[in-house]
Amino acid sequence: MANKATAQPLSVKFLATSFLMFWLVLAAFPFIWTLWGSIKVEGDFFSKANWANALFGGMTHTETGGSFTGDGYYGAFVEEEFWRAALNSFIVCFFVVTISLTFGTLGGYALSRSTHRYAFWFLLFALIFRAMPPITLVSGYLLPFYEYNLWGKLSTTIIVLVAINQPFTLWMLHAFFKNIPKDLDESAMVDGCTRFQAFRHVIIPVMWPGVITTGLFSFLLAYNDFAVTSMLLSKDNQTMVPKLASFLGTTQTKGNVMFAVAAVVSITAPLFVMVMVFQRQIVSGLTAGAVKG
Amino acid sequence: MKHSTFFWFVLPSAFLMLLFIALPVASVVTQSLYTAHEQVLVTVENCGPFGCKPVTSIDQEATQALNADKPLGKWAGLDIYKDRNHLAFSEVASAWVNVDGLPDFGKTLLNLPFYKAMAFTLTYTFVVTPLTIIFGFFIAVAVNSVAKALKGPTIFLTLLPFIVTPLVGSLILFWMVDARGILGTGLQWLTNNPDLSVKASTPLMWIMLMVYGIWHAAPFAFVVFYAGLQTVNSESLEAAMIDGANRWERIRYVVIPHLFPLVTFVALIQLMDNFRVFEPIVSFSAQAHATSLSYAIFNDLGGETRLLSSAAATSVLTIIGIAILLSPVLIRTYRDFSKPS
Repeated sequence: MANKATAQPLSVKFLATSFLMFWLVLAAFPFIWTLWGSIKVEGDFFSKANWANALFGGMTHTETGGSFTGDGYYGAFVEEEFWRAALNSFIVCFFVVTISLTFGTLGGYALSRSTHRYAFWFLLFALIFRAMPPITLVSGYLLPFYEYNLWGKLSTTIIVLVAINQPFTLWMLHAFFKNIPKDLDESAMVDGCTRFQAFRHVIIPVMWPGVITTGLFSFLLAYNDFAVTSMLLSKDNQTMVPKLASFLGTTQTKGNVMFAVAAVVSITAPLFVMVMVFQRQIVSGLTAGAVKG
Repeated sequence: MKHSTFFWFVLPSAFLMLLFIALPVASVVTQSLYTAHEQVLVTVENCGPFGCKPVTSIDQEATQALNADKPLGKWAGLDIYKDRNHLAFSEVASAWVNVDGLPDFGKTLLNLPFYKAMAFTLTYTFVVTPLTIIFGFFIAVAVNSVAKALKGPTIFLTLLPFIVTPLVGSLILFWMVDARGILGTGLQWLTNNPDLSVKASTPLMWIMLMVYGIWHAAPFAFVVFYAGLQTVNSESLEAAMIDGANRWERIRYVVIPHLFPLVTFVALIQLMDNFRVFEPIVSFSAQAHATSLSYAIFNDLGGETRLLSSAAATSVLTIIGIAILLSPVLIRTYRDFSKPS
């Protein structure tokens, strides 16, 4: 940056760097600490005697003979069948993302191309729906779901999550489609395509960056959800997050808090990989609504 | 676009939102006007060797039949809204008459579940939202000034608290501030008080929840502001410098006005998300010290007896709350759209 207006004197640079260091420690240290602690025994993770035990694993050494132990992971995945929850999470996320994107691209495309007033009202209502806490809707689901015997099934939860996801998906894809020039599909229609053919052959090939970004956020919403999944899934069908919450209730008394620690690490790991691979898309997605208005 | 094409394109989304968002809202409103049936009681003569006594017992069959017949319960009107667990009209009225002074009145209000949840939710929303914006802005400015090669890793680390599952993120922090965790021990050492425990203290619990809120949301504000900083016009910065503006004045009069529309955007999203604060209270097991509206609903719905009507009434009140909170934004969006542009 040779630009004089953006050049910084040393004091400002020092201040900015130290603040950034402080923030990075704040942001990353808890994860490193928990990852490290997850391969220790509980006596080290929560050490009454000496906090440095957690670093060097004094208790782990006396209890298991080694410096590390996979007991937490074994207990969570094998004894408490966390693998089943992981599988359920995968199924839920896969279908939520696929269905959300299919419905969302159709709707978002129409909303970006329509100049009528009702398109605006549609988006405004979607914004209102986006603002409602999901848990307020859950109390409306329970009774009808019991009545029609829909409660507890993965498929019900998938549809509910897709619906809760729709307002956000529509807004985001609407913003992306607005940036694809109208002339593109309109010239296809002049050449004799119907609206759907124009969408199919002209828009779909160029929409992937926006769709991938939106898909990432749909995935996050489904993966991170606790309010809906914890209330609508039966015990066998639980996904990872409600399963983790159930560890907190039952196993903390049994002294198996390490199961929960192992589960926490297992839930976080895929997210880490996702951020690593898709960092650009996440950043562009977060700013899409904001910068372009 | 033709009306009919538009209709077919948005039909799947519209149908889902109608069925699973609009209809449940209607269902919640209806449910909140009903209350659970009382159990059907029968009195029978119970004759033993010492004579006959009338015994009252629950008629399980009749109760079940009644529940199956009218699953909503019996009509209650606005009674649920008025009861002690919600707006508590009679308790508030008697408190107003009986207490001495406003602080005492406030204390009485905070003992009522709904007002307690409301107080925390609003405090959380209005403390966390501005602090997130300020903190996110500073991170954006700091990241903007690091060397190009370091930007990728810096942004990666910064995104982590935002991307991680809220229940998981708050749990990680909670374990660290546990009296036996590293931060908890650190706090005890700093304050020189070996009995200090975040779990046991209401003010500390509130502070921790808000610290978590800022930690979780600051990366979002950061990303938005960081993108905004990339589009600051360097010519206006130079022009300001030639006109004699110092560093702070350049930030104040060029950068901040440029970012201002983004502040409204972040504030809008943050208001919506902070108002629904829920997962950290579950993770921190903070319900004794702090509850939120969402947590109150969750609490009613969970457990052995599902208090559907009570949860529904709280839900309606929450939706009204968020509507009031967002009304300025909605009105502005509407005006912007109506303006001929």
